[in-house]
Amino acid sequence: MAVRSRFPAGLALDAHKQQACGTQIVELPLPAHLVLALDQGTGYSAEPVVAVGEAVATGTLVARTGHPFASAVHAPLAGIVVAIEAREAAVEGGRSVCIVIEGNGSDRIDDSVRPVKDPASLGPEELVRRLRDAGIAGLGGAGFPASTKLASARNLGAHTLVLNGAECEPWICCDDALMRSAASDVVLGALILRRAAGAVRCVIAIEEDKPAAIAAVTGAIDGLRDDAVTLAVVPAVYPQGAERQLITTVAGVEVPSGGLPADAGVICQNVATAAAVARWATRGEPMLSRVVTVTGSGVGHPGNVRAPIGTPLAALIAASGGYRGTPLRLIAGGSMTGRALPSDEVGLTKSMNCVLVATRDDIGSRLGAVELPCIRCGDCANSCPAGLLPQQLLRAALADAHDTLRQLGVHDCIECGLCDYVCPSQIPLADRFREAKRRLQEAEAMTKKAADARERHELRQRRLQEAATIEQETFESVRGRARRPGVDSTGDSN
Amino acid sequence: MRFDTSPAPHVIAGYTVPRVMFQVLFALVPAGVAHVVLFGPGLLLQLSVACVTALLAEAVALRWRGRDAVPALKDGSVLVTAFLLAFSIPPLLPWWLGALGTALAVLLGKHVFGGLGQNPFNPAMVGYAILLVSFPAEMTRWPVPMDVDGTRTWSELARLSFAGFYGADLTARWDGYTGATALDSIRSGLDLRYTLPELLGREDIAGTPGARGFAWINLAALAGGLYLMLRRIVRWHIPVAVLGGLLVPSFIAHGLDSGNALGPAMQAFSGATMLAAFFIATDPVSAATSDRGRLWYGAGIGLIAWIIRTWGDYPDGFAFAVLLMNLAVPFIDRYTVPRIYGRQP
Amino acid sequence: MNPDAVVIAVLVAAALAITLGVALGWAASRIEPDADSLVVRIDALLPQTQCGQCRYPGCRPYAAAIASGAAEIDRCPPGGEVTVRALAALLDRSPRSPDPAFGATKPAQVAWIDEAKCIGCARCLPACPVDAIVGAPRQMHTVITTQCTGCELCLPPCPVDCIELRPAPALSRRQRQPRAA
Ligand code: SF4
Ligand code: SF4
Ligand code: SF4
Ligand code: SF4
Ligand code: SF4
Repeated sequence: MAVRSRFPAGLALDAHKQQACGTQIVELPLPAHLVLALDQGTGYSAEPVVAVGEAVATGTLVARTGHPFASAVHAPLAGIVVAIEAREAAVEGGRSVCIVIEGNGSDRIDDSVRPVKDPASLGPEELVRRLRDAGIAGLGGAGFPASTKLASARNLGAHTLVLNGAECEPWICCDDALMRSAASDVVLGALILRRAAGAVRCVIAIEEDKPAAIAAVTGAIDGLRDDAVTLAVVPAVYPQGAERQLITTVAGVEVPSGGLPADAGVICQNVATAAAVARWATRGEPMLSRVVTVTGSGVGHPGNVRAPIGTPLAALIAASGGYRGTPLRLIAGGSMTGRALPSDEVGLTKSMNCVLVATRDDIGSRLGAVELPCIRCGDCANSCPAGLLPQQLLRAALADAHDTLRQLGVHDCIECGLCDYVCPSQIPLADRFREAKRRLQEAEAMTKKAADARERHELRQRRLQEAATIEQETFESVRGRARRPGVDSTGDSN
Repeated sequence: MRFDTSPAPHVIAGYTVPRVMFQVLFALVPAGVAHVVLFGPGLLLQLSVACVTALLAEAVALRWRGRDAVPALKDGSVLVTAFLLAFSIPPLLPWWLGALGTALAVLLGKHVFGGLGQNPFNPAMVGYAILLVSFPAEMTRWPVPMDVDGTRTWSELARLSFAGFYGADLTARWDGYTGATALDSIRSGLDLRYTLPELLGREDIAGTPGARGFAWINLAALAGGLYLMLRRIVRWHIPVAVLGGLLVPSFIAHGLDSGNALGPAMQAFSGATMLAAFFIATDPVSAATSDRGRLWYGAGIGLIAWIIRTWGDYPDGFAFAVLLMNLAVPFIDRYTVPRIYGRQP
Repeated sequence: MNPDAVVIAVLVAAALAITLGVALGWAASRIEPDADSLVVRIDALLPQTQCGQCRYPGCRPYAAAIASGAAEIDRCPPGGEVTVRALAALLDRSPRSPDPAFGATKPAQVAWIDEAKCIGCARCLPACPVDAIVGAPRQMHTVITTQCTGCELCLPPCPVDCIELRPAPALSRRQRQPRAA
């Protein structure tokens, strides 16, 4: 069923998908060593449960967490833990504690890896718990643990599961490749996720420029005979795949500002996450690998690769034909929101859907940009999918006017980068907004800290005063000069 | 291997300010050709003075403000100001008035507010308005356009243009070759209690190419404007609103009183209508921000221009209409903020 | 112009000015702001470092001094430019620079005790305005980083100079990615 885009604006971008898209998914041979970041891309880390020198089997839990935003990490490779240290990683801030595992040639599989006997018999709560233990994280780009979203969806009574196969960002096509080759996994995972979320309906959304994926998924849905699982063919408009925007297009509701999708009765998961859930159900495999697009003009054979989590990007690129030409930038993700990485030694994370090796051909437009003053042309506002006025936000950001920023909706900015993309003055707007959010967060933390300090200071002043009063009273009673005890309680000592 | 990092996004459309500005200049070419064919080469003289003055004024202003002049000169915005002013003033204006107007436009209209992107008023219209109130005689003296029957040839117009440009006294030798524009003549005619049909029947107003001269220029400007709309440089809101604001009242007024009120066709293709609707009012810096705001802004300009044309002292009201609506922009922007996704209206 | 008209115009203008002046003066006396709530509002804008660099024994006394007009708004070094601007906006004064006579604005900092050197004399404890140091006599002392305001008041009392100030940890999880040249 084809539906219309229903979020504000957006823009059809040059997709650059042809480079990597025609190919089948290649299984990467196990690399010699893996670098497992304990922060898998959400900004929150798991705690290691192994020690340096310890032997691990495939599927052994190496880091666990109680934090709702972090996910458990398992060893995708049997071998020895050779280091646990802070290293460069594809995460906010650029560093994370990493567990480095060196393969020892064994193919021992951890005892915990056993197919789930009858996933349909597990209750939603049990499902959520098991998915959490399996370290299933959102594979769409944010890396948010699936279990956390599922739990909150169930608490808030979400009725619709939206499976995101829009994949709107230029260059990325790993979900497309996965849907073409494993549509039945996607649908199986969708059923499990729907159950865990307590939802009734499930809509799988795919952009209209992926006919092969649409055909494959349609076939898999038809085999299901379940009217509550449907397909929505959505327009190929960036950022169609952004969670809030997709929910609006598919379900016709808006996620309230500052709220969760579940507040609008919807939960969104990526199609690749669903396929990973199916792998967990059928093979008992925790999240050990993912499909990632390796592309860009700077790599020999662009394509989609299934690689173990933690694979150093250098190994990934080597397996894709190595570097070609003059690679200028290594980007985790697509060209619009991807994170530029300082080194190809960092390991693949669960949230990394694309490795873009960009040459001047790919990013030249940005490299040559000269920033000019805003001419108020309004092009940014006319493309913002959140309905914001970036030109006004920019002014507020430059003036560091916090209230204005909040009022103009800086927190509603999804950092899609479209305003940057269209701005004729070539102003790095999205980055200004990221910085503004950071400063806002800092200012809020500072206000809170000041309030704490005020309270502690006042408590202390009171305590000191009371102590002084008591001392005074004691002093006076000892000297026998307390004339009217009880009245002189103000601590006034003259 | 190590790489440079930089924040996302890593690509941009590359549709830069200089490219936008040069597209605008390009879209003015048809109107320029019509202008030169009908009124002689005066426009080219005015353009050269305006461009040179504008670039000089921009460089001097940037120097004063301690900024690097080169990128600003290359962005092309000051040339757009110069072009719009040169198109608005009569082609017979002595060169020093053109230079004065341009310098004032750039300095008073743009740089006292902080340069590109900061000016609340349309700089070209600031320059035009100052010239119009200071030199009303020179600013309303247009050449009578070239005649098809050959009584006024283009070479004569060329000599006239140069004479005007150098500031020669035009009344003696060139009497009959200069005059008011059609809009102007109709205004004074109506003031003298002639009726509109009478005036439109008069040889010196509508019978000659006097009216048709502006009609051709307006048509050419419309073509250029449509090109800009096609290239998505100008969105439809302002031009449509300006034309609506001007034509709807004139349609109604003409229907009520066809003896005195100009009809919509005459309004649309005389004076600076199309230039204003597509090129002047659409200056993004001094226009309203949101699409809804731009509709109000454009409609206001059209309506005020109609009011000035109908009751005001000046024959064509667009300069003042634009400046007045510039003044209203902060107010419009305040009440036309688009709804943010996920928030209640 | 008729001289009478001039006289009338001047008289009318004068009458207007006087009436308005009286009205405004009366209004000002009527809507005198509540001094106490003003102190609270000023205090809310001060950084609560409680360092005393403003030469008042803490932020609240300084707030009271500003409210009563006894002190200018430019005396708080920890608050720096930002605080002066906020105060100027609240009090509707023209913004100014912080007065350097009271000290320089430093980046956020917190105290750290070299536990190897600390002799447990506990002299730093009473100095801390926000009770951010924990310890008991003859025991090692340590600073609760999240509560320390970086006021430096614990430095002078320490006999072995084992307290030093370090840059405060970032308050936001977000980090800025530098732009390539
Ligand atoms: S980055 Fe933010 S402001 Fe810019 S277009 Fe995207 S959502 Fe709108
Ligand atoms: S696109 Fe750029 S120049 Fe245009 S209004 Fe937005 S910020 Fe200003
Ligand atoms: S200088 Fe500032 S932080 Fe220190 S006590 Fe005074 S007001 Fe508080
Ligand atoms: S620990 Fe020291 S620097 Fe920190 S608040 Fe207490 S006295 Fe000030
Ligand atoms: S004053 Fe210095 S030595 Fe004494 S307890 Fe404090 S830190 Fe330790």
